[in-house]
Amino acid sequence: MSGQDFAQIGFYLLVLLAAVKPLGAYAARVYSDGNPPFDWVLGPVERIIYRAGGVTAKAEMTWKQYAFALLAFNGAGFLALYFSLRLQGLLPFNPRGFVGIEPHRAFNITASFVTNTNWQNYGGETTLSYFSQMVGLTVQNFVSAATGMAVLAALARGIARRGTEMIGNFWVDLTRTTLHILLPLSAMLTIALVSQGVVQNLSDYRPATTLEGGQELLPMGPAASQIAIKQLGTNGGGFFNVNSAHPLENPTPVSNLLQMLAILLIPTALCYTFGRMVGDVRQGWALLAAMALVFVPCVLVTVWLESGANPTLADLPIDQGLGNMEGKETRFGVVNSALWGVSTTAASNGSVNSMHDSFTPLGGLVPMFLMQLGEVVFGGVGSGLYGMLMFVIFSVFLAGLMVGRTPEYLGKKVEAFEVKMASIAVLTPPAVVLLGAAIATATPDGLSGVQEAGPHGLSEILYAFSSMGNNNGSAFAGYGANTPTTNMTGAIAMLAARYWVALPALAIAGSLAKKKLLPAGPGTLPTHSLLFIFFLSGVVVVVGALAFVPALALGPIAEHLVVAGN
Amino acid sequence: MSTSTKELRLFDRDILFSAGRDAFAKLDPRVQVRNPVMFVVGAGATLTTMLFFDSLDGQGEAPAWFIGAITLWLWFTILFANFAEAMAEGRGKAQAESLRKARTSTAARLLKDARYSDDWQVVRSDELKTGDIVLVETDWIIPADGEVVEGVASVDESAVTGESAPVIRESGGDRSSVTGGTKVLSDWLVIRVTSQPGESFLDHMIAMVEGAARQKTPNEVALTILLAAMTIVFLLATVTLLPFSLFSVQAAGAGKPITVTTLVALLVCLIPTTIGGLLSAIGIAGMDRMLQANVLAMSGRAVEAAGDVDVLLLDKTGTITLGNRQATAFVPAPGVDVKELADAAQLSSLSDETPEGRSIVVLAKKSFNLRERDIETLGARFVPFSARTRMSGVDIQGLRIRKGSADAIEKFVQNEGGSFPEAIRRSVDMISKQGGTPLVVAEGSNTLGVIQLKDVVKGGIRERFGELRRAGIKTVMITGDNPLTAAAIAAEAGVDDFLAEATPENKLALIRKYQDQGRLVAMTGDGTNDAPALAQADVAVAMNSGTQAAKEAANLIDLDSNPTKLLEVVRVGKQMLITRGALTTFSTANDVAKYFAIIPAAFASAYPQLNALNVMGLANPSSAILAAVIFNALIIVALIPVALRGVEYRPDSADNLLRRHLLIYGLGGVAAPFLGIKIIDMILAAGGIA
Repeated sequence: MSGQDFAQIGFYLLVLLAAVKPLGAYAARVYSDGNPPFDWVLGPVERIIYRAGGVTAKAEMTWKQYAFALLAFNGAGFLALYFSLRLQGLLPFNPRGFVGIEPHRAFNITASFVTNTNWQNYGGETTLSYFSQMVGLTVQNFVSAATGMAVLAALARGIARRGTEMIGNFWVDLTRTTLHILLPLSAMLTIALVSQGVVQNLSDYRPATTLEGGQELLPMGPAASQIAIKQLGTNGGGFFNVNSAHPLENPTPVSNLLQMLAILLIPTALCYTFGRMVGDVRQGWALLAAMALVFVPCVLVTVWLESGANPTLADLPIDQGLGNMEGKETRFGVVNSALWGVSTTAASNGSVNSMHDSFTPLGGLVPMFLMQLGEVVFGGVGSGLYGMLMFVIFSVFLAGLMVGRTPEYLGKKVEAFEVKMASIAVLTPPAVVLLGAAIATATPDGLSGVQEAGPHGLSEILYAFSSMGNNNGSAFAGYGANTPTTNMTGAIAMLAARYWVALPALAIAGSLAKKKLLPAGPGTLPTHSLLFIFFLSGVVVVVGALAFVPALALGPIAEHLVVAGN
Repeated sequence: MSTSTKELRLFDRDILFSAGRDAFAKLDPRVQVRNPVMFVVGAGATLTTMLFFDSLDGQGEAPAWFIGAITLWLWFTILFANFAEAMAEGRGKAQAESLRKARTSTAARLLKDARYSDDWQVVRSDELKTGDIVLVETDWIIPADGEVVEGVASVDESAVTGESAPVIRESGGDRSSVTGGTKVLSDWLVIRVTSQPGESFLDHMIAMVEGAARQKTPNEVALTILLAAMTIVFLLATVTLLPFSLFSVQAAGAGKPITVTTLVALLVCLIPTTIGGLLSAIGIAGMDRMLQANVLAMSGRAVEAAGDVDVLLLDKTGTITLGNRQATAFVPAPGVDVKELADAAQLSSLSDETPEGRSIVVLAKKSFNLRERDIETLGARFVPFSARTRMSGVDIQGLRIRKGSADAIEKFVQNEGGSFPEAIRRSVDMISKQGGTPLVVAEGSNTLGVIQLKDVVKGGIRERFGELRRAGIKTVMITGDNPLTAAAIAAEAGVDDFLAEATPENKLALIRKYQDQGRLVAMTGDGTNDAPALAQADVAVAMNSGTQAAKEAANLIDLDSNPTKLLEVVRVGKQMLITRGALTTFSTANDVAKYFAIIPAAFASAYPQLNALNVMGLANPSSAILAAVIFNALIIVALIPVALRGVEYRPDSADNLLRRHLLIYGLGGVAAPFLGIKIIDMILAAGGIA
């Protein structure tokens, strides 16, 4: 790795870090009891929405009411999206005349977008109308992101409050997140992306003549607006099939940098928001540090692995001086492809600007493993941090026992109920990944999608289910997932991974809100110390490793050893 | 709890023997199902047993000897865990046995009315009900728990406390409760029975000691959930390996898929069997250690709560200071020789048998070489202390020597026609301010000076409080002294805070205040007036010598009636949690090495390149898998002493404790199995398993 490589990575990390405090503090004000920022302009809009929805903004909810509102809202969104996909042929903004989507595929797409996964078993430009993209998918891109952030806000309140059953109002959190955070940021990013040449129109596809004189059809559409939220909301669903590797979706190094920053912008800032909300910003920084402790080594390892030559291409007359360039765009190169690959899987974003399938075996293992950690290293907006907090509960429990005290986090006792809920949240993603992948390897339907022979085939299946079972959505291209079995198991995996983490998190919020606050003393385990930060990231990595090492040994590790042995 | 059980060795032969027998009895699935981790091992062992019988015809999935060996060690794993639990219980059972002897049914004299002279009839002790009145005379066993309503007697309570010195029990006051099974040594008592048949203190104690009444403590429940969750993850990780392995064999076009036996072996190695197998032993051993310290926990919850305590309310007398004040200096009045004062003070104290009086005699002897004199030969008359005069003294050869509190002596001197000097008043104030108690000595109208009595703070107690402070535990001294004296002693002893002129009401208020701040409060008490505060405290230790009311309000009972016990209680509570946490970490850390042993062994037939992961250089796949399983079983046995004794606890900050335990049990847990599995593998290979 050259100095320039380090400089690029360092610059990216610094810009991200610089945004944490301002954006984090801004978001904390949005979730506070007082008036949110820019109330003078957004307040009236907010109140119109509440009036239209019959919402009393001041009325707070217990965790069960909150969870019910969330499920009702997501359920309604699910039905609306499902039927708009099924009835696509009858709906407007369909210049290419695409027909309705078949049931199992529509079910998978719907589950995917409602759960903020954005796993795509379709190619956008060959399957979906503009109506489906804009009214169907983009709306879910916003509200699924807002749902995740709302749950985090509720959990933070649960930790901060004492002696109450109330953890906030779901409708208010949802509305404010969308209105005050996601929409303004998306608008800014959209304009910036359009300036770089990302398309944004409702035109029909345009015929063009290639340099060689051939004819091709250039896809068009309202791409920039969807791409902005796909990155900011850690959705990741591309407008076009090849996602951000497509020149009309991600044309320049500048658009690439902006999109990459957008991937981690909100997940990192929310750490600071959390610190503010619980009244101790050190706690937020500690969580951010624990995430960075896993993230940065992963970035360095992947960039290093991809900078080397691809051994399977060694016999071909190819200059590999630029590293393993198969599946990577020349305008991004190895560093920006690997950095994106790690960022998009650390966050549960899932957009890609290169084909992870073509990474070296171990280079492809890193993104896969980051997903298998449960999408808690930054993770999805809101969901990553509340997922991480489930690991925090695990960690303080274990650490608390080791110092001889009933464990506590931020002054709240961690007892059997919290451990039970955190166990469900930590257990569900690996369970659905392993089961989903096992079903795929054991059924003809699942096996039919496998492209490569040998251990790489298992990697493809494992990657697909790691992605769906952790709400990431990125694909190890190569695995054809559009079969009835994979669509159904995948959809179930996505739904389970989303709600069996979010609901336990809300239950914990409700339980902690009721508890009294214990004062911290020298006997209290500090959760912002360097030791605890290392311990927490250690627990995250160990839990992930213990669950997946056997499977990884038969996939990427075996592939690496086979390839290296040749 | 007789003194003999106190000396019970960790591995007593009788206990080992009966624990070995119990280990088999505990194979009952109804027992196993309570422990999710070991239940999974049992299910796996059952499965491989069937595979073993299936393989006897040579058509099994693996050679019969291999399946047989794995099966055998899986059953050993369960037996070892059962053995650990039986060991922990065995120690309690031995103690229960001696308690049972004390409980045997005796005859009792049931009185018609609560008077010594009333008629009585003989009934069996197990027929007595609450409210019955019984008479107990010399050499009789007290038939039931009760409250003394009439009489004074010395009682031998060694059956319960292990303490051979007799104790006094009398009606009224704080020494009125008696325990069934103890024996009256002299005089008689009329007792009102306070327990129903089968619910006596002794019954309760036997149940606690045997572990029959043991319920999982809150943290134990939470840990069981965590372990169950880990077990499910590993179950899924291993079960799904079968299709993955089938896929891989097909993809590689070589090798054989993983056998069910190997999968079960891998599963058992990965799930936290070490902590799962030792978990209940740790809990029982914690209760047992409390008993070794002569503290009877009324519930496991109380032991665990003791580890969480962050405020300790400690009685000054007996806990912080030696029971009695001691004379430390003579301060003469102006114009009086200090030797004259010492002489008068000694004379006045010669017949004073109180510890304070003795200490004055000793001080005079030590400081001025004044020998003790026989009061009879001097022809002196002793004037004992009375509550009315609040002084004591001696009349000798026409001299009237008196010592007492400042105002009592002032009155005495004025009555004798003298005046009380201003300088004495100043000395008195000075001594009070320094935490001492002033005793003024006068001879007739002449005030001679002041004796300084001081509370003597126990040696080493200051350091102990310092340790507690570092561990985040606040110490509060409770005393009836005035605030000046209390402040001085508090400063000397190094407590964090004090409550002076303590009354039951302000004690209760203090506990509530700390609890409102979210703190957990522990206290000791013995009197009936302590009962409300004991009931309010989170951890309440009642002295066994205390009243029935105090004992009922408490959740721990100190059989030695030693107030310093609170510190011991906290230590045992913390140890119990730390042991669980440490072994969980150790158990999980072990999995790293087990992966390195089993994964190459299981999959190298499909991908020979995976042998690169065989970093330990294990002989062959069979020996590698077997070595991992054997290590997994043996480590349970190796850690039984840790589970029973508990991990050593030194008070320290949470951060330091975590660092130390992570180093020992985390890193140690990673390293130990690499070494252990390698050694076992070498032995297996040397034994011809190749």
